[in-house]
Order: sequence, then C-alpha cells, then structure tokens
Amino acid sequence: MINLQSPFVQGSSSVSTIMLLVLLTLLPGLFLYIHFFGLGILLNVLIATITAIFAEFIILKIRKLPAKIFLTDYTAVVTAWLLALSIPSIAPWWITVLGTLFAIVVAKHFYGGIGSNLFNPAMIGYAILLISFPAVMTKWQNPSHINDMGLSLSIFLGGIDNYDAIASATPLDYLKTELLQGKNVSQIMNEPIAKLTQMQWVSFGFFIGGIILLLTKVITWHLPLTYLVTLFVIASIFHLIDPNQFAPFQFHLLNGGTMLAAFFIITDPVSGPTTPNGKIFFAILIATLVYVIRVFGGYPEGIAFAVIFANICVPLIDKLSQPKVFGHE
Amino acid sequence: MKVFEKIFKFNGGIQAKTKKNISTTSPIKQFGLPSKIILPLRQHIGKLAKLKVSVGDHVLKGQLIAEADGNVSAAIHAPTSGKVLSIEKQLIPHPSGLPDFCVEIEPDGKDKWVQIKPTNWKKIDLEKVNKLLLSSGIVGLGGAAFPTHLKLNHGKAENSLKTLIINAAECEPYITCDDMLMREKTNELILGIKLVHEILGVEESVIGIEDNKTVAINLLTKAIENEKNIFLKIVPTIYPSGDAKRLIYLLKGIKIPKSQRSSDYGIQMFNVATIIAIYRFLEFGEPSISRIVTITGNLRSPRNYEVLLGTPLKEIIDAAGGQVIKNNTFIMGGPMMGFKLPSINVPVTKAMNCIISSEPDMVEEKKPVLPCIRCARCAEACPVQLQPQELFWFSKSKQLEKAEEYNLFDCIECGCCSYVCPSNIPLVQYYRFAKSEIIEERQEQEQANIARERNEFRILRLEREKQERAERNALRREQSSNEDKTKLIEEKRKAIADALKRIEAGGEEQ
Amino acid sequence: MLTSILIVIFLAALIGIILGISSIKFKVEGDPIIDKIDSILPQTQCGQCGFPGCKPYATAIANGAADINQCPPGGDEGIHKLADLLGVEYKPLNAEHGEPKPKSVAVIDEKTCIGCTLCIQACPVDAILGSAKHMHTIIEKECTGCELCLPPCPVDCIDMTPIEENAENWKWKYPVYKIDKSSERRVS
Repeated sequence: MINLQSPFVQGSSSVSTIMLLVLLTLLPGLFLYIHFFGLGILLNVLIATITAIFAEFIILKIRKLPAKIFLTDYTAVVTAWLLALSIPSIAPWWITVLGTLFAIVVAKHFYGGIGSNLFNPAMIGYAILLISFPAVMTKWQNPSHINDMGLSLSIFLGGIDNYDAIASATPLDYLKTELLQGKNVSQIMNEPIAKLTQMQWVSFGFFIGGIILLLTKVITWHLPLTYLVTLFVIASIFHLIDPNQFAPFQFHLLNGGTMLAAFFIITDPVSGPTTPNGKIFFAILIATLVYVIRVFGGYPEGIAFAVIFANICVPLIDKLSQPKVFGHE
Repeated sequence: MKVFEKIFKFNGGIQAKTKKNISTTSPIKQFGLPSKIILPLRQHIGKLAKLKVSVGDHVLKGQLIAEADGNVSAAIHAPTSGKVLSIEKQLIPHPSGLPDFCVEIEPDGKDKWVQIKPTNWKKIDLEKVNKLLLSSGIVGLGGAAFPTHLKLNHGKAENSLKTLIINAAECEPYITCDDMLMREKTNELILGIKLVHEILGVEESVIGIEDNKTVAINLLTKAIENEKNIFLKIVPTIYPSGDAKRLIYLLKGIKIPKSQRSSDYGIQMFNVATIIAIYRFLEFGEPSISRIVTITGNLRSPRNYEVLLGTPLKEIIDAAGGQVIKNNTFIMGGPMMGFKLPSINVPVTKAMNCIISSEPDMVEEKKPVLPCIRCARCAEACPVQLQPQELFWFSKSKQLEKAEEYNLFDCIECGCCSYVCPSNIPLVQYYRFAKSEIIEERQEQEQANIARERNEFRILRLEREKQERAERNALRREQSSNEDKTKLIEEKRKAIADALKRIEAGGEEQ
Repeated sequence: MLTSILIVIFLAALIGIILGISSIKFKVEGDPIIDKIDSILPQTQCGQCGFPGCKPYATAIANGAADINQCPPGGDEGIHKLADLLGVEYKPLNAEHGEPKPKSVAVIDEKTCIGCTLCIQACPVDAILGSAKHMHTIIEKECTGCELCLPPCPVDCIDMTPIEENAENWKWKYPVYKIDKSSERRVS
C-alpha cells in the first residue's frame, strides 16, 4: 500500500458481514415459507443462488476483477435470495434462472458492478419476469396442495400443463379481479383465498428478520418505518372513504411483498438514497406508488415498479435532502 | 462545585478501543539529557522562526534560539546549555518525510539556565501578557501546535470572553500524556486554570474530560471542591469529543461553524498541558523547552516521559525497551489522526504528544478496498454531519469544485468515516488529497494574478516611457529653432576646443 | 384554416415579445470572453504560444486566430479548462510550442553576472532587480519561470532551477490502491 495514512485502526464491519447478516435474517421468513408452502421455494432459492454465483463468477472473470474478493461479499447471493423469494414458489426453474441472470448480468454488471448499479437488481429481474410472463408470476402455490410434491416438482422441471391444479391467485390479485366482478371488499375479505393466513405468517417471519436487522444496525429505522406507516395511512384513508371499494390497512400490510420490501428490498443501500431525510422521502414515494399500482394500476403487486421508479429519483432526492453541516445555518 | 447539567451530544463519532491502560501503569519519567538536541525551526503553525544564533555559539538553557517572525509564529529556546553544532536540513517529524532546517546543539552536561524572571502578571494587562507569550515559544500542546499568544485576547469587543474551556478530553486512543499530567500535576493545573481565568477575565472555567479517566476525575473533583468558578464536566467517551468545536458543543451546546472562532462566541479553549506551560512561564519565567510524550504501543515498557524538545526519538524508544514485534513503523499522534514517521531518527517537537510503536494490525496490508456501496455508515459517523460518500466520489473523480460545494473544508479529518467503512475505503486520504490540490490551485491562481498585474504594470510603464521619450524629443526639437541652433553648435564647438586644449596641457604635464 | 394561421401568428408574436423582453431584462453582464480566457492562462508571459504574452494569446483565442493547445505551462489541465469554457473539443498540446516542464525559477549566478541589464529589459513581470554594472538578482517569488531572460544574457549566467518539494509546499498524494479496478476505470 502506498503512503499509508491515518486512521491506522478500523472497525470490524465489512460488506461480507453485512450481507451475511441480511441472509441470516431472511431465514425466519424462509422457514415459515417452506413450512406453509412446501419445499418449492427452497428449490427456487437454491437454483437462484447457484445461477447468481455462476453468473457473477463469469462476469468477474470477463471484467478481470478478483473473483474471490467480489464473490465473498455475498451481494450476488442476497440479490438471488430476494428475487427467488419474490417469485411464486411454483414457478418453473427457467423462470428463476432467467430472472437471476438478468438481475446479475444486466442490472448489476452492465452498470458497473457492485456499488454502481442505479436500480435494485432483484427488482429489475422481477419486473422483467412480470412483464414477460404475467400469467406465471401472479399465480401462487395453493397451500392446500402443499403435500403434492410430485406435482410441484414436475411443474418446477418444466411442465406448466397442470399448473392450475395446485395454483391459485394471490390475495392481492384475487381482490382486484373480484372487485371488477362487482363484489365489495367485505364480501371478498370473508373468502378463504383473501384470508390467506399462511401468507401472513410468512410476512411475520420477514418482519422478525427485519427487526433483527434494525437491532444489529445493519439498516436504520428511516426506510422500513416510514414505508409501513405511509402504507398504513394511505390504506386507512381510502378504507375510510369507501370501505366497500378499498381494503383495510392490514390487508395491504400483510399481503404481497410488503414486509419483505420494507426491510430487505427498499433498504438496498446501493440504489437507495443516503441522507436521513432522503430515505424518508424515498420510502413515502415507494409506499404511495405501491398503493396506487395495487389499487388503481394494471398489476396486482407494484413493489418492483415502485422501487425502480424511486431508484430513478435517488440522485435528485440525495441532492435536495443534504443535511445541515455542523455549525451551518 | 455545582453538579453539572446537560451534555449536548454531537452527531456521529465512534467508540474505538481506547488502549489507554498500556501507558498509564507507570508514572511520568524524566528522560534527562540526551546525547544531542535537534531543534527544527518548523514546530508550529505559521511562519518559520527567525534564527538568532550561529554555528559555534554557546547557548544556555532557556536561551532564545530563534524568535517569532511576525505574530503568527512562535519562538524556539535552547532546552539545555551547550554548543550550536550545525544549522542544516535534517529529518523532522512531518508527514512529508522531507528534511527541514534544524539547529543542532551538543549539550555540555551542565544544564545551566539563562537568567529567567517571573512575570508579575496580576499587575499587567492582557496585551502585555500577550507580547510576553510571543517570546515564550508556547504553542498548543494537544498536537495542533497553534501559537498560544494568538488565543490570549479578548475576542470581539461586543461579546468579550465569558468561558474558558480546558480540553482534557484526550479522545484519541492510546494517548495518555494529558491524563498522566492531570494525575501528577493536579495542583499546578488548577493554579494554571486560575491564572488564565484571571488574565482572560472570564466568568467561568470548565474542564471537559472523558468519563474513562476516573483517576484524574477523582483528583480534579477534590481539587476544585472549594473553587467557585471552576467546573468539571464529564463527557462520554466518544471519539472525537476532544476536537475543539465538538467539545464546545458537548459542554455549551453551541455549534461553531468552520469559518468562525470560538472567541467570537465568548469561549476560549486550552489544552491541559498548554495551561501548565502558560503557568510555568508567567509564574517562573520558564519558556517552552520540554513536554510530556506518550511512548506506547508495541514496546517492552511503554510509559509517559517528560523530555526536552529536540531529544532524538530513537533514544527514547531505546529507553522504552524497543519494539516487541519488530516492524520499524512508528506513528506520531493518535491512531485516528496521526501520521507515520519517516524514521525514528527525528527529534521530539512541540506537537509530539504521542508516539505509537505500530501494532502488527496497523501495518499489515489492510483488507482489500472495495467499491462504495453507499451504505452511509460514514455519514452516520461523521461528527460534522458531512456526506463523506459524496465527498469521496467527488475527490476520487477530481471534481474538486463539487467537493468544495459539499463542504469539503468543513471536514476535520478525524477519520471516523474511514473507521466505519465496510468497504475499507481510505476516505480521509482522498479528502487530504483534494484539500491539498484545491489549496495549491488557489495559490497558483493568486500567483498568476500577481504575475498578470506585474505584466500589465510593465506594459503600462513601457508605454509611459515611450511617450515620455517622444515628448522629450519633441520638446528638444522645438527648442532648437533657428538661432538657438547656431548658438548651440558654437557652444559645442567651443567646448570641444576647450577640451582639446585641456588634453594637450595635461599631456605636457605628464 | 384561417383561425389556425392566426393562432400560430399570434403565438409567434407572443413568444417573440416574451423572449425580447426577457433578453433585455435578464441580460447577463458577464466578463468579456477575453478576460475569462486570460484568467485560465497561467500568466507565465513566456510567449511560447507565439504571442507576446498571455493577454494577447487570450485575445487571439477569442478572435479565433489561435488554437487552445498552444500553452505549454498551462499543460493538459489548462487545455481542458479552455475547452470547457469555449465549448470546443479538447486537443493535445501542440508540440510545436514546446513541452510542459516542471515549474522552475530563474537563478542568476552572481559571480558571472556583468550587470548588463539586458535580462531586466526582457523580464515580462519586472522580477529582476539591479542597475547597470551592478550584479542582478531575481525576486524568486515573482519569477514565473518564462525563460525569456535566458537568450539575452551575454554570459549565460542565468539557470532555471526546478522548484523542489519541501515541507512547506509538500502536498498529499492521490491514494492508489490495487484492487479497485472497476472504479478506477470510471475516473479516467
């Protein structure tokens, strides 16, 4: 090292430990996911991880970067896990592979690799899949068919013929289509698909993981808290205005990827803002967009698009939210 | 003594391992006379001192070697009696590792004092004290080496000084010289505080100390029991609480911006060692010729030494038993803000508060430097509330104007950002580079402006001269009108004839 | 048909008026371009550009009579700044005009100097002191290192000495690290 300068001592945090902690805190949610929806998700996570590491390794070699150092920062694995957890667990394997490849190669390395990607790679991967394969991406494993391992496996390995046998719409999707059929919210809420408690348990798992991330100071409160509070406020207001058209807040907080997004997706440091006020604004923006897309938009879930749109605004948000320097008026 | 109210916590900061107990187990030791004394002329902030001795001179202990050059400068005195051996460039403890002018003295072993006399400081006003201090050579002994006399004034007239703060925080890891000084010279410190308190005419004196110095806190608490206007305020051990503006905020809740001085807010701050130096100068007439240095880290017997300025560092390291694990790397100052010494063949200077013999993990190749992931941990740790990740980006890509716009010059280079960075980016190094670069650019611009002015002046001058010449010629031409001309020619002829005559006459004489 | 033509005419007139008014009202009284160019030039006054000083060169650039890459003391950085200011493409330094050298100052060998005052007349910034038949000295601080005093000296007693790095003018260097290739590339 040329001209060694102070400071000569250093704290213990490293990118690797941060990313490992993120992976560890994803485990409670993952376990509950497997418990309620079967091993399909585990297969998806595994295949995404392998694809991500492989793609990262090849790209690093092409870019002539030290593979060992950049692979052991585990950022590729985190991207893979987040993407896999967002994709329906009964999606065929090539969906996961395609999404992961797109996330790592295009969204991450085409923009300059770790630290330079403008957009959240996992969300870019998800958005591409959602646009390309909308039918598969909005069907969820029906928990009542959880023991039908053979069927799941055959779907995973490529056959989508028997898809509808074990799949059902996600609660968000269901709400949307049923509202179009003329039903009102309270009717829909009483139906079993909308009351998917298994899904709410998984959300709870991610919530627990998120709390651990907060306690270990891997993330700050700004993003998750603001995000959840904003979603709560907006959903409550609309529900108050017309309870027949708009679902109550708990439906929005516990369904879809809300919890996963609050603690793990919108907290991606690279593509997010850096200032405290910027983080608050960023979270409000995403929460608002998520609600708008879910309720008024064409897609049942809007997190990916909301995050990508907010990512575009980050440089401006950062510039406008610079905190006051010590002693400056 | 009042029990103190509130501590105003500043943003950020870090809690690093303090490692202070390495050097606090044994008391301060007098180092005694070294084999030679090397006094660099560059020991303080400001202009170099002006030499007052020449090679071969015999000097007495405390005799003026070099005097302050102007107001922003400090004098230098002989730490012991002896002969001036040489005045030439030698290696000095400076981050550049470049040699600079030094006066080398060979001690005669007698250690004979020049006549010194105490000042009746109670009788004279601040301005006179100020003038005296200019000749004392006292500079801030906390490590910044800012000439002390510059701080002993009333500040702006409308809000004269109200508070004297004694900086006893000593927030950098490893350093213990102030701690040990407070333990061993408690009374002298209190006398010094009272003296400076009175000279400045402040209403209160506050000692700001970190809560990890329990021994010193107990001693000081006892010592100021009966003092009405001296308070002890204990601050949490969070680096960099000892930074002047951070400490003022901790104690008084006032945020002083980069562009302003604490005296503009009625506050003046001195380090404990500086207070004692002022006391010893005014009470006994002793100039600044020694200081306490923490010799710590990877050594057989680390401790604090009281050493004469100019003592070769190598002799002290040898006295401390040498390195346990040999790596020949030494750091001057603390591990957060200090710098690597080019060698230990450098003398002790006024700014040398601590020498750390590098521990293996300080010199080993650090973890690889990874790209910034914008996690903003640096921004959370920054005690100045800057955005280090932005400054890093601008400094690295040499967008210096942008870096300045993001308040690069508010950065105090405390190193908190580098300390917490999970990507191991040497952030402060980039800021130092960017600052250096901007300062150089400014100087160059200034020089270019001077050159432009001089060039424009010269062109004007040449033009003026040309014009004047033309005018003169015109005048002459006018004067030499017809009759004058003939007259002039006649006169000239006559003059030539006279001259010829004189030459002939001269030739005959010879 | 007629209405649309009228609307277009009306709009054109309106916009024209707005533009006209704003161009009068918000007129920027900036530095004349020559001064701006001159402030970028290093003020060495060396004439290597082919003009008798920095200001004439600045004037020539402004009039399009000279290119931006004729100033060796300004170096690459200076050319970049000029290119930015004038909104033109960067060009590498024209080698015809010489090469950038480390910043130097002229030093007169006082033993050899015969006091001819020729160098004093050549110095563009009046940085040489002395009078006829008396030894001359250079005011180091004011010397721009233009080397114009070298050719007139009949006894070759002037030397250019590069300014050495010392503890006063020393500065921190750009940090260099091996691994971080990806971001290095972005910088350049």
